[in-house]
Amino acid sequence: MTAALRFDPIRLPPKCEELRKEVRAFLAEEMARGTFNPFKPNREDTDAPEFSRRVGERGWIGITWPKKYGGHERSFLERYVVTEEMRVANAPTRRFFVADRQSGPILLKYAPEHIKMDILPRICRGELCFAIGMSEPNSGSDLFAAKTRATRTDGGYLINGTKIWTSSAHIADYMIAIFRTSQPTKDNRRHGLTQFLVKMKQPGIKVNPIGQITGQYEFNEVVFTDHFIPDDHVLGEVDGAWKQATSELAYERSGPERFLETYYVLTELVRAVGNDPDTRSAEGIGRLVAQLHTMRRMSVSVAGMLQAGKEPVVEASIVKDIGTVWEQQLPHRVRDLAAFVEETASNRETLERQLDFAIKTAPKLTIQGGTTEVLRGIIARGLGLR
Amino acid sequence: MAESDNIIVETAEKIFADLADPQTINNDRKDAWKAPLWLALSEAGLPLAWVPDDLGGSGASLADGFALLNAAGRFAIAVPLAETMLAGWLLAQAKIASPEGEMTVLPASPKDRITLNPDGSLSGRVRGVPFAKAAKHFAVLAHGTGGVSIALVDAGKAKIEAGLNVGYDDSDVVTLERAAPITIKPAPKHLDQTTVMLMGGVVRSLQIAGALESMLDISVRYSNERVAFEKKISKFQAVQHNLAKLAGESAAALAAATSAADAIASATAFNDAVYLEAASAKIRCAEAAEKGGAIAHQVHGAIGFTIEHILHRYSLRALAWRDDFGSESYWAVELGKLVANRGADELWPLVASR
Repeated sequence: MTAALRFDPIRLPPKCEELRKEVRAFLAEEMARGTFNPFKPNREDTDAPEFSRRVGERGWIGITWPKKYGGHERSFLERYVVTEEMRVANAPTRRFFVADRQSGPILLKYAPEHIKMDILPRICRGELCFAIGMSEPNSGSDLFAAKTRATRTDGGYLINGTKIWTSSAHIADYMIAIFRTSQPTKDNRRHGLTQFLVKMKQPGIKVNPIGQITGQYEFNEVVFTDHFIPDDHVLGEVDGAWKQATSELAYERSGPERFLETYYVLTELVRAVGNDPDTRSAEGIGRLVAQLHTMRRMSVSVAGMLQAGKEPVVEASIVKDIGTVWEQQLPHRVRDLAAFVEETASNRETLERQLDFAIKTAPKLTIQGGTTEVLRGIIARGLGLR
Repeated sequence: MAESDNIIVETAEKIFADLADPQTINNDRKDAWKAPLWLALSEAGLPLAWVPDDLGGSGASLADGFALLNAAGRFAIAVPLAETMLAGWLLAQAKIASPEGEMTVLPASPKDRITLNPDGSLSGRVRGVPFAKAAKHFAVLAHGTGGVSIALVDAGKAKIEAGLNVGYDDSDVVTLERAAPITIKPAPKHLDQTTVMLMGGVVRSLQIAGALESMLDISVRYSNERVAFEKKISKFQAVQHNLAKLAGESAAALAAATSAADAIASATAFNDAVYLEAASAKIRCAEAAEKGGAIAHQVHGAIGFTIEHILHRYSLRALAWRDDFGSESYWAVELGKLVANRGADELWPLVASR
């Protein structure tokens, strides 16, 4: 048999459901105090520093990390619940989400002790925003074509070059980036890149906002000109970033954020059709709910495998492939059904406004964080085809 | 559930491997393999796996039985194992003992009805009944003025119009005209036609998921053997991406089906959450049968379209299984109504409760 894919029916333990209630109550409070409007995903308040601090106070950032770094040593399944409730509510998690999901875990693994002690507790308190410096103007999916140079100097490195499509760079306190420290070798084109911790808002770093087709400014061009990074900000092996990049992917790719980005249009569709839907609406909603439920069960299953210490890279890639294609199609399927919604539906305007935004958001979903093509390549390798 | 992790699945897989090898079966035009296979399954107590010891069965858990049916799907077994298991399960719900031999369940579609007449006889015409022609007995769910009953009926009492589904398995029209049951008892309170259809739907979902696992397996193998344009076709990116999509469909089907099976096996009541699981499994697995099966055929090209090749044993059967116990469009309508009825703000809590 082909290497079997496993998606065991993992159930969230009871303590997760306790936590879920706490998160829902917290989010209801935040909505009541006007922090965010769950019905307006295209709002201007995606950067919410005070909200971020209050989430930190609750202990929901770095939830799985060791206590000595400000973490809470709880399970991945508990983190899963916090993430999905925040996402479904359209909460403004931008400021802490990247640090919580991937920057923190990278620091935990590769940063020197004094840096961990300095930075991780501040992430947990919701005080720090992270960006990821991967793509460059001529290096996107082909990560190992990165050219931005880190040149040896006294006590550290000088950085020259440009990162691009860097989400949140304009508000970020830190970036974890890969820079070129050596040329690739003949037998390993992945050789020569090193992972660095970059302190933003410093001399030699210029952040230029880039407008997106949604009308928002979330990603940026980041230009480095002789920017100095000290030696202790090297993360892991010099020239060996390629060995470090893959194991984190399972975390990055299988979470609830990989199929819930446009979920709000489904809720509003159900509201708009009312409790006595015609056959067409009922069938459309039923199929979408069945697909959603299935993806969530797959995603929870991967979270369970991560919790058990496994590295389900292929399974995680499958979740992201199916999940992102689904969340991309969702606004279009909802639009199909919305055409039949009564003029008198109370939330008609909200639904139309949301669809407008979700349809503009959709194209990026199968690109960000690993394109569909890259994912299918990883799955194909797992199947023994490459 | 790709690895056998329990003794029932191990036993079944050994029997399937010995007596139901897909290529051997496919070459056998006279169905000579059927009787020995059924005998071996019966001797191992598998067709009555879900019947307690005191009712003549082998008393396996629901979970073990579901795992067995997933394995049966991987071999695309074409004897009424799933049907007899379901029939035995249904009879056991009313504490009716199961006889030996093949059985099937009536009705097999949510829209068909069998009526319990005031004189205690049963009437009704039900379509698309899997393996009715092969069955010696029927487990019948009947509606009377006093509610729902479960009956054991001798197959000889029914009129059967033989038919075949798209997978070339028996799928018959069964007519009962004032047929006297062997035994009839009231169904327990929690059990109605919807629960029987959902239970049947989960069984079919597991079989579809199993068939998709095998389709993925033989497609990957074939792509690593077949050479075109001077290289293995597995080296073409277009083929790789198609197979990656097939893996996704197979994974989705497996996740949906095993989750629903787990939900039913550990359920204390057939509530909305179990309904979501079971209906979703049938919907998603049926979609996967269509999308995944198409890719498996695409990878195989013309050879997979021949009757000599084993691919159709999985692909057509998976498509046929979509129709039993309510199609995906039927369940989508029903699930959509349930969701709409609960209201928009109750959708996420329902999904998140699983």
